[in-house]
Amino acid sequence: MRGRPGLVTAYQRDSAMLPTTTQRVWFAVFCIAMVALTVFLPDDLAMRAASAAAAAVGAIGLNLVTGWAGQISLGHAFFLGVGAYTAAALGGEPGGPLIGLGLEMWIWLPAAGLVAALAGLIVAPIATRLRGLYLAFVTLGLVFIGEHIFREWDSLTGGIGVGRSAPKPIIFGYDLSREGSFFGITLSAEQQYYLFALAVLLVMGLLAKNMVRSRIGRAFSAIRDRDVAAEIMGIHLGRYKLIAFTVSSFYAGIAGGLIWTFVGFVEPRSFSLTLSIVYIAMILIGGAASIVGSIMGAVFITFLPRIVDLFAQYVPFIEDSPTGGFLTSAQMEQILFGLLIVVFLIVEPMGLHGIWIRVRNYWKAWPFSY
Amino acid sequence: MNSLLVVKDVRLSFAGVVALDGVTFTADSGELFAIIGPNGAGKTSIFNCLNGVYHPQEGTISFDGRSLLGMKPNRIAALGIARTFQNIELFENLTVLDNILLGRHLHFTYGPLAAAVYQGRAKREEVFHRARAEDIIDFLEIQAFRKSLVGMLPYGVQKRVELGRALAMDPKILLLDEPAAGMNLEETEDIARFILDIKEELGIAMILVEHDMGLVMDIADRVMVLDFGRKIADGPPQVVQRDPEVIRAYLGEEFESSELHAAEVEAAEAAKGRGEAS
Repeated sequence: MRGRPGLVTAYQRDSAMLPTTTQRVWFAVFCIAMVALTVFLPDDLAMRAASAAAAAVGAIGLNLVTGWAGQISLGHAFFLGVGAYTAAALGGEPGGPLIGLGLEMWIWLPAAGLVAALAGLIVAPIATRLRGLYLAFVTLGLVFIGEHIFREWDSLTGGIGVGRSAPKPIIFGYDLSREGSFFGITLSAEQQYYLFALAVLLVMGLLAKNMVRSRIGRAFSAIRDRDVAAEIMGIHLGRYKLIAFTVSSFYAGIAGGLIWTFVGFVEPRSFSLTLSIVYIAMILIGGAASIVGSIMGAVFITFLPRIVDLFAQYVPFIEDSPTGGFLTSAQMEQILFGLLIVVFLIVEPMGLHGIWIRVRNYWKAWPFSY
Repeated sequence: MNSLLVVKDVRLSFAGVVALDGVTFTADSGELFAIIGPNGAGKTSIFNCLNGVYHPQEGTISFDGRSLLGMKPNRIAALGIARTFQNIELFENLTVLDNILLGRHLHFTYGPLAAAVYQGRAKREEVFHRARAEDIIDFLEIQAFRKSLVGMLPYGVQKRVELGRALAMDPKILLLDEPAAGMNLEETEDIARFILDIKEELGIAMILVEHDMGLVMDIADRVMVLDFGRKIADGPPQVVQRDPEVIRAYLGEEFESSELHAAEVEAAEAAKGRGEAS
């Protein structure tokens, strides 16, 4: 019996993240493929891929609070901003007109997460007393307060329309933004960004996956499904909503620190409601309460402009120049963006991850229908 | 002897509508205590007061020598009061296993950071409590549904999972709100068997709210009857059954004595039929 393939004889094995050997092998193959992809990516695609990986970290964070704990948060942009500015302040050049401590990335990146988490912790006690639409409104207010602070605090942000440069990504003296070579392979800055973001995503993704399969994740889901029953089962609603907000903000902080470092420039107007909605779209399109879904959604949304540009070459009424034609590709992108949210909400509430599961189940039984 | 649960003169009203009007009762360890009464008599309101969802305006509730008044539901759960619901309140996007593990939430000790790393104590606790959850799954005979999402399961199974989730809390007292509601005869008998097993094997005290008179009269040690928020009878099932006040509450004032007799005969026959079926 013991040798029978697929027979699980220990609870530990049964509750493992990747319970079967096949899953583990494919996960390893996928990770290696993603790393190997680096050398084939031209700089512009590598840059986008790096942003997508960093955005995925932020999307996972939003999914923890919205997808799992069921607390609709429109305030994600604020926490991304806190992360980006913490990174800029700690990693920025010292001695200039703007706050800058000139620290290295291994300090400012975790710090970006921690400061955002602290902001989340401060806001959470207000947020945990509300639910549904009321919570959405309060977090909406947070975005506007954040925008105002970022606009007015000139010594930190450089002010509206001016902005400030992002911190240098230097780890133990190694500068990611300079071309480097490993084992005889020369990597551009963008390619190194991509690899670094991929590593961060892997670590943060695994941590989040662990959290959601633990008692914490169960408590989150219980609060989302039936909060009164959850409380009667002994869950301290306030504490778990607070944990959800804090962890989510930590993820947002890390994502914010990374994305704007890759961009190289932080402008106060970036952290508007639109950004929050972009992240909501990521988890809606990717799949609520799914780590893989968060990643798929982030990749999809980040690459959407590229996809639209690609179409613009072949579809006659869409021009990729900003002036000509019936529709510009930027307008097309906006239309597509809204359309996708609506279509996914109506047709596939489980998102891309749901589609993937359906396709997988179909091929599992192929050629039989069940 | 001190009772496990002492409820005294509890009065609960919502904007002038009196839900509970000076209800007094006790429940002892190991006892199966039933609360019956017509619709709107205040049975579920009692449970909500015990759980800390409602806060009575007057009276005292003490459990294990401690007052429950003003306590939050999660604190009350930690004292050892578990509950099932009239309309199933399961976490429908979780599997049966996760629902039952959630019932064990209070027995876990690790925090969010340990959860993210998922090594050492977190892993050990998960495996330990998984084994406890599996005991409950075996006890309730729901092995086949272990990994199914509860939202997809048939009603009767969901009722059982809810019972399992409450049992997983290792409670001192279990509040069962209409465990047999909407069930056919066979499912009702299954539930009755589980309730008796819980009493005999696990020795957990239970308060049962139920509309199925046959079930209540068969298994309860003691029955309390509520009508419009007031207690009208309290005693062993055989005594309560014959209480004129109870008959009036259930059948109405105008009922002729001959018809009353006919109803009793009918009930006795139904009970006999039940006995033969099982």
